[in-house]
Amino acid sequence: MPIVADNISYAYNVGTSAESVALRGVSFTVERGEWVSVVGHTGSGKSTLAQHLNLLLTPRSGSVSIDGAEAKPGSGESRVARRRVGLVFQYPETQFFAETVRAEIEFAPSNWGVSGGALKACVDEAVSASGLDPALLESNPFALSGGQRRRVAIASVIAMRPDYLVLDEPTAGLDAAGIRELIQFLSGVRDAGLGVVQVTHDLRSALSYSDRILVLENGSRVVSGTPEFVARHIIDNPVRGLVIPPVVRFADALRKKGMNVPLICEVDEMVRAIGIYKERNKKCGS
Amino acid sequence: MFSIRAAAYSYSESGTPALDGVDLEIEQGEWVALVGANGSGKSTLAKICNALLAPTQGTCFVMGLDASDPQNTSAIRQNVALVFQNPEDQIVASIVEEDVAFGPENLGLPPDEIRRRVDRALLLTDLELYRARGSYSLSGGQKQRLALAGALALEPDALLLDESTSMLDPEGRDSFLSCLGELNRRGMTILQITHRMEEAALAGRIVVMESGRVAWDGPPPDFFDGGYLRWSFEEPPEMALHHALLTRGLIPQGTKPGVEDMLEALCL
Ligand SMILES: Nc1ncnc2c1ncn2[C@@H]1O[C@H](COP(=O)(O)OP(=O)(O)OP(=O)(O)O)[C@@H](O)[C@H]1O
Ligand SMILES: [Mg+2]
Repeated sequence: MPIVADNISYAYNVGTSAESVALRGVSFTVERGEWVSVVGHTGSGKSTLAQHLNLLLTPRSGSVSIDGAEAKPGSGESRVARRRVGLVFQYPETQFFAETVRAEIEFAPSNWGVSGGALKACVDEAVSASGLDPALLESNPFALSGGQRRRVAIASVIAMRPDYLVLDEPTAGLDAAGIRELIQFLSGVRDAGLGVVQVTHDLRSALSYSDRILVLENGSRVVSGTPEFVARHIIDNPVRGLVIPPVVRFADALRKKGMNVPLICEVDEMVRAIGIYKERNKKCGS
Repeated sequence: MFSIRAAAYSYSESGTPALDGVDLEIEQGEWVALVGANGSGKSTLAKICNALLAPTQGTCFVMGLDASDPQNTSAIRQNVALVFQNPEDQIVASIVEEDVAFGPENLGLPPDEIRRRVDRALLLTDLELYRARGSYSLSGGQKQRLALAGALALEPDALLLDESTSMLDPEGRDSFLSCLGELNRRGMTILQITHRMEEAALAGRIVVMESGRVAWDGPPPDFFDGGYLRWSFEEPPEMALHHALLTRGLIPQGTKPGVEDMLEALCL
């Protein structure tokens, strides 16, 4: 069962001089158990698309359906849907309102009547999944460092036990260890059957970890598909704002010299592929 | 430019200190990358350099002025601009160009000079097309550019960047970094907090923070020659590739880490 955005368009401030078109007929699908990345330049429409997936925004035309039911604004289904699709905002402070981290994380589940031991279990699980230091539970979320805020935002969305997780630039502000933990966590929830949508301008992480990638430019879809397919496309047709990651560029240069290695950006896999290629060629040559 | 001695800072009396005895000298015209894990004290140090926080112990002098003395605060802030990661806290006016003009207006500059600075800052941050737009109606990355434009319009002697390029797309980041390089060549002191090693590699000096202290301080080549392996920093991809190819014996020892050199060595 997927989230399907079908040919959606959206503009801000319609009918005023400040009207700006943010999405132009974009179609997008994410299945449960799948990790899809959305990449594109600053202002390409990524956050606008993300906010459509949990019905914070309603398309001007086109439709969004969640697990087969078309989501109409204000309907009972849309409230249920919003609960199934957890959105972590680009700037985590946007979603904070409580005075302690604990209250922030408890908010959604307690709203749905979870209490006592079950609520505590829910919080503990979210805290450990997000890598948040439990010692911070009684702190004010606004008094935390950038990396800690990011983890609180993720924990409070996990506590909703959503079926889909939409994260807008989740790696920004995290250190290298934090990014590794987050990637591991996202792979884990994907393997456990959640649908994961990662909005990012980091083409490298999109190419390395996602199952599929959607590339946006000025509100339109440029290309979508598997990481290798998208890498090939972007090398041949440069996309505004994006830079080909160095290892992929290296792989492309090798291919041009006749060494048939895959267009991937993980160093270890790349080196393994080169090793295999050289080994095979040596044998053929002798 | 900045002279920090035995500086310590605690946000609360009970908790572990955010800074725990920092000694750091930064000369005018230096470009320093400040790196370290989440919570190692980088942002606290930047706030002390801008007199937003006063060290609870030790001292911080900025251009010879004691940053703990409230009388020096405005002089320091006029010359040292600080940009945070979250631009939303930094937007002060509802229209883009008014937001950028806010700082120069506060400095009491003549209108012509204000206009010149606003135009230049919008040009450098690629926001010219958005000058009449509502500040709050920008995308996340556009807002971050707006915060950077506001700081550039102050034409400060020193710029403190606290992960303030984290939401720019790669092309936007590259062009902003080359703009920083240009400003630095013209004498601006830059202290740049970043988690991206490719960015740190561009600085003239890298300072590593760990648990509220300076754990390493030196030029990028020394850092990437192995120093960084002690912390869990991510190796820049080209270096990681060079390293891995050497380790597996796929390129001869002595091959240079440049892309062309590696390609040539592989395709012999
Ligand atoms: N609240 C708003 N009001 C008016 N226009 C907006 C608003 N939010 C975004 N826009 C505009 O819509 C377009 C798409 O913005 P969006 O936030 O979706 O981009 P994005 O891809 O997430 O960018 P970034 O990488 O910078 O976060 C941009 O031109 C932006 O200026
Ligand atoms: Mg965005």
